[in-house]
Amino acid sequence: MSLMLAADVNVAQNVSFYIIAAIMVFGALRVVSGRNVVHAALWLVVVLGGVAAQYLLAAAEFVAISQVMVYIGAVMVLFLFGIMLTRATIGDEADLNNKNWSIGIPVSLLLAGTLVWVIVDQYGGEVLASPEEPMSTTAISDVFLREGLVPFLALSFVLLAAAIGAIVLARKD
Amino acid sequence: MYAVNFLILAAVLFSIGVFGVIARRNAVMVLMSIELILNSVNLNLIAFAMMNNSPEGHVFALYVIAVAAAEVGVGLAMVLMIYRNRRSIALDELSVMKG
Repeated sequence: MSLMLAADVNVAQNVSFYIIAAIMVFGALRVVSGRNVVHAALWLVVVLGGVAAQYLLAAAEFVAISQVMVYIGAVMVLFLFGIMLTRATIGDEADLNNKNWSIGIPVSLLLAGTLVWVIVDQYGGEVLASPEEPMSTTAISDVFLREGLVPFLALSFVLLAAAIGAIVLARKD
Repeated sequence: MYAVNFLILAAVLFSIGVFGVIARRNAVMVLMSIELILNSVNLNLIAFAMMNNSPEGHVFALYVIAVAAAEVGVGLAMVLMIYRNRRSIALDELSVMKG
């Protein structure tokens, strides 16, 4: 860490990373602790938007735009429809948690501690070089259409099967 | 920027998502927590792609995004069907398949 050059650390990138990360963690805590399902869904929008912003900071602009379109555009609309179609009451709900929900606190703290310990042990002090330019969509599509072609086609079948399956499950007859 | 920044943020998000899966009783809330977990994994993939300066991590992240979208579609359809049959989506009441 002492060998780190000043040019390796981009101050603006770091500051915006920490601000966005704080907003994301706060939003994620509200998602899992709030008493209102609709509010939790809207806090999830904040977290997903924060993830898209982090992708932009990591020079992954194509993934960031896909994140905005797929998650904030499509998945959140599905969630809001799911909430509306499955709940009669609007507003706070008392029994949103399990009876023994507090078991989750030590489990998640233990998990977070283990993960952070392993990550710091492995990558502590390693500096990411700021990329000069974002990862080009050409490079991504080259991987998709060469080595990744078969998984790509399989993925389109997965989406088709999921769409048909969702229609079959949800229709009334 | 340090490599651990992204990885620790992803680990924290992952743990929060796991807490949500354990603690929540409403099936839609559990699906939202699963979205948190998948997003933290994506963040990790992008961080590793940045570390190695290769497009493969981006490709994996896009696969994960597509599979997550399919998962949410089917999951919410199942929740809807359960709600229609039982008038409730509380997960602790769904004990039919319990051994």
